[in-house]
Amino acid sequence: MRPYLATFRRDLRFAVRHGADTAVVLAFFVVAVVLFPLGIGPAAETLAVIAPGVVWVAALLATLLSLDRLFAADFEDGTVDLFLTGRTSLLLVVLAKCAAHWLTTGLPLIVLSPVLAAMLHLPAAGYLMLALGLLLGTPVLTLLGAVGAALVLGARRGGVLIAILVLPLYIPVLIFGVLSVDAVIHAADPWPHILLLGAALLAGLVIAPPAAVLALRSAAE
Amino acid sequence: MNAPENGSGTYPALSLNVEGLACARGGRAVFGGLDFQAAGGDAIELRGPNGAGKSSLLRLLAGLLPPAAGAIVWTGGAETSRPALTYCGHRDPVKPWLTAREQLAWWRDLEGNGSVEAAARAMGIGPLLDVAGGLLSAGQRRRLALARLALAETPAWLLDEPSVSLDEDGAALLTAMIGRHRARGGLVVVATHQPTGLPHARTVNLGLDAPGGADGA
Repeated sequence: MRPYLATFRRDLRFAVRHGADTAVVLAFFVVAVVLFPLGIGPAAETLAVIAPGVVWVAALLATLLSLDRLFAADFEDGTVDLFLTGRTSLLLVVLAKCAAHWLTTGLPLIVLSPVLAAMLHLPAAGYLMLALGLLLGTPVLTLLGAVGAALVLGARRGGVLIAILVLPLYIPVLIFGVLSVDAVIHAADPWPHILLLGAALLAGLVIAPPAAVLALRSAAE
Repeated sequence: MNAPENGSGTYPALSLNVEGLACARGGRAVFGGLDFQAAGGDAIELRGPNGAGKSSLLRLLAGLLPPAAGAIVWTGGAETSRPALTYCGHRDPVKPWLTAREQLAWWRDLEGNGSVEAAARAMGIGPLLDVAGGLLSAGQRRRLALARLALAETPAWLLDEPSVSLDEDGAALLTAMIGRHRARGGLVVVATHQPTGLPHARTVNLGLDAPGGADGA
């Protein structure tokens, strides 16, 4: 476990020492959400309807913004070569990096989400479900994003490419995340949607790391 | 301050057999028909003009590139075909936001063991342990990257132009470290333009006019 804990700690240390990187992602999240009341108008009933979707879409885009730091620096300075030639399991290294990424991107987004939801007049009944959905959904965003981030290594304009690659994959997470909040607001059963988010997380944990490893290998060739 | 030197004891027996190896990059043949053998304790110098494929050969040996033809046969060492190896590319994997100590400790946790202080001393960067990577000069960064070798308990070292930007003192420390590694039965393959001054090093020539490998004394 030592190599993976060390890699996890190293990436957390980066997030702490380069706090601005995390702050930019969170600031983007807030600003993107704030634009909607300004564009649509302050009518509480309109905002309440779109609130779950707006928060989820902003979380998707904010995560996207943070993906380039997942592998790009390690690729440019040859650390990826070191991962590939070492005796450590690259699969677990990728998982450790994803865990650190989620802790410094996904978790702060979840903490901020009730504040933004309140600003959009989301009915109070929806707060907990929004946070729960994000808790299951944001790790999926990180895992799928890791595949995209590994695939675009070495490509020109990787930032644009990664959006085109990853955003379509984010659609199921967005749909089930929003449906779960809508369900609880309308006194319907949110659990099928939450269970599907959980299933997406389990599938992501199984499928995404090997795919990212393959992409890293081909990038190093 | 007097932590023991890292690394003691000998490595398991190791041999490397390169047969008819060919390399292609982007559909273009770089070299072909390369044959050479090496065993634990050997030093191989890869020589050749720019673009002859020295770095590509190292990446082939490291398993980062698939061969276009031919085979790389490792025996001895670990149970898998490729032994534990340390590849030092031409880029230094040094993070500007980690101190030298944190950087070495991470490498140790990742793939080696031993004392970070001893590794730093082996490359003469003991006084720089608490300096951030971003503040190091190119030569100091290279020394830090090479200090990883003193932590890695790997029998095969693949070094791509290791002495670039090293001063005389740094180059001498590297030569001494390689000497200790070979004395333990380790193999080192060095891509280089300058003679490395390693005793009894064998030369493998890569080049457009010398397609095969040739052994020198």
